[in-house]
Amino acid sequence: MTDPHPIEVDTHRIEVTVNGERRTVVVAAYTVLLDMLRDTFDRTGSKECCAVGECGACTVMVDGLTVNSCLVLAVEVDGAEVTTVEGLAEPGSLSTLQQAFLDHGAVQCGFCIPGMLMSAQGLLEENPSPDVGEVREALSGNLCRCAGYNRMFEAVLSVAEDAR
Amino acid sequence: MHPFRYSLPGALQDAVDLLAEHGEDACPLAGGTDLTVGLRHGTVRPRIVVDLKRLADLRPGVSAENGAVVVTAPTVLTELTAHPTVRSALPALVEAADVVGSVHIRHRATLAGNICNASPAADTVPVLAALEASVVLEGPEGSRRLPVADFVQGNRSTDLRRGELVAVVAIPLPTDPCGTAFARMTRRRGVDLATVNVCCTVSHDGTVTFVYGAAAPRPVIVRDITGTLAAPDADRAAVDAVLDQILGRTTPITDVRASKEYRLAMLRVLSLRALHRARERLATQELARQEGDR
Repeated sequence: MTDPHPIEVDTHRIEVTVNGERRTVVVAAYTVLLDMLRDTFDRTGSKECCAVGECGACTVMVDGLTVNSCLVLAVEVDGAEVTTVEGLAEPGSLSTLQQAFLDHGAVQCGFCIPGMLMSAQGLLEENPSPDVGEVREALSGNLCRCAGYNRMFEAVLSVAEDAR
Repeated sequence: MHPFRYSLPGALQDAVDLLAEHGEDACPLAGGTDLTVGLRHGTVRPRIVVDLKRLADLRPGVSAENGAVVVTAPTVLTELTAHPTVRSALPALVEAADVVGSVHIRHRATLAGNICNASPAADTVPVLAALEASVVLEGPEGSRRLPVADFVQGNRSTDLRRGELVAVVAIPLPTDPCGTAFARMTRRRGVDLATVNVCCTVSHDGTVTFVYGAAAPRPVIVRDITGTLAAPDADRAAVDAVLDQILGRTTPITDVRASKEYRLAMLRVLSLRALHRARERLATQELARQEGDR
């Protein structure tokens, strides 16, 4: 069906910091943050899956808080700092948390892992010594269809402060 | 996604003007966790989206003043549940707000948005109705105040008029001891919409109030003033008889989440659980008050 009242694409110039790199980009009003990160910033770690905020594959941090980037408009992050999974460590190296996921065999197909890592990172920044219940709650917004949850919980707990 | 214009007004009046000018073609945006899904699926097709997050005279925040907790429209749920007064005085609201979506959702979603979305399964709405919370609406004709229970009129339907937006949600703090608890049933433990939910309050004078969600198109508010449910040693048969009457006021439906029969059965279970916790909280408060008097 054609729109009887077509409107021109409304674009906005925004300034955003992605993984420490500050850039000015032009985005359409209807572009979601996830698409901007993948298509404009070439940060393809964040995945699109459910696109309704249930699976968490698109989880990133905006100003230090985890969000579903499929549910945030790109224009809304004007002036914000965004961290994707690519920002967890320098290129070619792994963060302690990422290494723990590998060490615990927590990665199966891998599709959910960028989102899982961001959720776990968000939890650990807020609560450096979570118990398993808190880890489960913090990761409840991230689905893994390989069902590799227990090893992920073990990986997160292994880097918790109490475990060190 | 269907194209729309995006506007970021800097003052409340500018937001009202934009919403009034565009009427049904405009959508206010706070957290966007419901709106963005609607935009993506084309179930809402605004020509302009009005972002409420940078209004100089309506900053995100929770304040406790004049016997009420006041929550502005752009305040996210995690900020609400972190507030010390909310945590100490409104435990049922924390219980409800803490189960909306996932932590990622709660980092964006707002209390005002949860009300305005007017889903019958909204978790915070039964609690707000039970606590006799109000919304303060700002619009072209000025501001008006409405109880949340009256503002939500049905499935996806509110009393929001052209140009109006919910500026703040005001929740009165109980002056007398009052036990309040929230309970809900979901298909999975994390990140699911309520199959049914309930908020129960037990007041100092023995009045018990239940507000049910996902049990009718709008919240169902039922009171027991006989004192039967408030009594800690209440006879089970007497309690069941009162609950029969109370649950007779609900009209649950069969849908993807549950059958109406299952909903009715679970409403009874949840009512008893919430009642039990609310009575315990009332007893704790009364004990604290007695010790304070001594």
